[in-house]
Amino acid sequence: MEKTAKILKKPITSTIIAIVCGFAVAAIVLAVAGYNPGSAFGALFSGIFSRPKYISNVIIKATPITLTALSVAFAYKVGLFNIGAEGQYIVGAVAANIVGYLCNFPPVIEIPLVILAGMVAGALWGGIVGLLKAKFGIHEVLTSIMLNWIAFYFSNLVVNSAAFHQPNSTAAYPVNASSYTMLLPNWKTSDAGMAAMSGTKWLREVMLKTDVNFGFLIAIAAAVFIWMLLYRSRKGYELRAVGLNHDAAEFAGIPVNKNIVITMLIAGALAGLAAALAITGTNPHRISTLSAFENNGFNGLSVAFIAGSSPIGCIFAGLLFGGLLYGGQSIQANIGAPSEIINIMIGTIVFFVALTAVVPKLAVRLEKRGMRNAK
Amino acid sequence: MLNDISLLIGNTFMYSAPLIFGALGGVISERSGVVNLGIEGMMTVGAFVGAAVGFFSGNAWVGFLVAGLAGGLFALLHAVAAVTFKADQTISGIALNLIGPGLALFLCRLCFSGATMSQPVPHKLPKILGGAQSNIVAQNFNFDITVILAFLVMMAMWFILYRTKWGLRIRSVGEHPAAADTLGINVNRTRYTCVLVSGILAGFGGAAMTLAVIQQFTPTAISGQGFIALAAVIFGKWTPQGAYAACLLFGFAQALSVFPSLAHSAIPSEVLAMLPYILTIVVLILFVGRSVAPKEDGIPYEKGVR
Repeated sequence: MEKTAKILKKPITSTIIAIVCGFAVAAIVLAVAGYNPGSAFGALFSGIFSRPKYISNVIIKATPITLTALSVAFAYKVGLFNIGAEGQYIVGAVAANIVGYLCNFPPVIEIPLVILAGMVAGALWGGIVGLLKAKFGIHEVLTSIMLNWIAFYFSNLVVNSAAFHQPNSTAAYPVNASSYTMLLPNWKTSDAGMAAMSGTKWLREVMLKTDVNFGFLIAIAAAVFIWMLLYRSRKGYELRAVGLNHDAAEFAGIPVNKNIVITMLIAGALAGLAAALAITGTNPHRISTLSAFENNGFNGLSVAFIAGSSPIGCIFAGLLFGGLLYGGQSIQANIGAPSEIINIMIGTIVFFVALTAVVPKLAVRLEKRGMRNAK
Repeated sequence: MLNDISLLIGNTFMYSAPLIFGALGGVISERSGVVNLGIEGMMTVGAFVGAAVGFFSGNAWVGFLVAGLAGGLFALLHAVAAVTFKADQTISGIALNLIGPGLALFLCRLCFSGATMSQPVPHKLPKILGGAQSNIVAQNFNFDITVILAFLVMMAMWFILYRTKWGLRIRSVGEHPAAADTLGINVNRTRYTCVLVSGILAGFGGAAMTLAVIQQFTPTAISGQGFIALAAVIFGKWTPQGAYAACLLFGFAQALSVFPSLAHSAIPSEVLAMLPYILTIVVLILFVGRSVAPKEDGIPYEKGVR
């Protein structure tokens, strides 16, 4: 009894239950619609694991959403709901694209410059939200929603402007090759590279057929940094205090408004980093005309919640989400079931994440009952 | 001149009607203490069901009503999570925003042989002056019936919230559920009802889009209106009349951005499209300022816990 209670109290248990429920509901929906859930999930998993390049693509897909999730999770710990990660991502992509196209320095300077540009733009976009909340008390959700749309049209404005629009396309000029963050971009297509990789088939496949890049390593580093900031620093203590109780924090002498602005700056920078890494690390290395939101930021919300707002958890939740998004495409390709089943599944997982928050509470009750019986 | 003004007014109301339904849904739910971030998802479900039922039955009104029903049913999920399971309402609302569009597109592909668009409905919801008008001004003022309905729902909600005992109960449940509980008000039942109504209204809002503004369901029929409605709830300080006015402002700014003499000017269309959102922020800074949610908004009620 005590052992069960102990297992149930762990947050990861609730998350696993939620994921199982998500698969179960998706199976029911598929079955009702007349598809075989078994073969659908078979297609999903082989679309994720069956070839090295699939796994590589999953990681590439997971990189930006892990970082936007980190942005959301960090702000959530300080009591702010960063629904604006979408807009922060978009302006980050625009800034990275512009700087990467206009500047052409050696990679040692160019790459940090482009990434910094994305982070600064994202931080600015997030900072506006923080500032308006701190100064005028305007709800962060309200300003975030507005800024998402402003970013959306701003991006299209840049793409369609004379200075950046590449003729006969729906996109801006790509960034210069010196800002690429793929793994050995020049070496891998050179004769020496081809010769070195010829013996190992999986390496060749991963290197040549996917944009394998440094992004995910940076995402992991960012997650560790945010965890350290929140739980191993004085500032983090302040931030969490603001998140837990505004008034108590204020009373304890913690400058609440200042911390709100700092939080939104960092959250925005993380979303901008996600965008900059996508521009430098993956084809086509440029922004295109948006007809609808690409959901890089909105997906970050779901990932952050699946991770229970834990910075380290975002890495794993990001991989799960990336896997479902990428592998989900094979469901439609192989068995013809609408690929939207993946959205239903992800939504259900998030829904059950909300529901299963009740599990640890039940565990406490179970534990108490066990102790009473022992007496 | 008169033509231009009437066009602006007509478009303002046309664009704002779906938003108003969604925003009023948000108001009623949040007034009872349940944060509803899932309006977008509920509106998408309503938009699809409205268009699909409208197409298969051939009657737009049937589509409209069933869309409300579907929105309400879908909102029950949120109620179960928020009220029964005392779950984090932010998370469950976001979940509905994923499930709603997913479900709508999934069903759309099943019903319309793989297409993500429905067939256009044979008849849209009627306009207040009936068919086409010869006079341009009259044509511009020939509102969709949903514009009038949205206004009536706002009036009704204002009346119920501020002039009836049910309204007092709803507001007390949102402000101080424990006190309401001691007076014999069933907190959970009140919240369930309000979330249900919220879903029905959001469903209507979606259908107002696909049965009146456009004539079919498309993947982008509802793209962000639910979030704009959510913004209008906060902008309007959680009151029906405030949310209504905020929606009109959004509608007006949107009408302005497609206004012919502006659309053909030197201003890039993207800048015009940004206008509503910039305008909102400016209005917020200058006139609205701090907005305070109902006190217990978003906090599950646990009996006996202080």
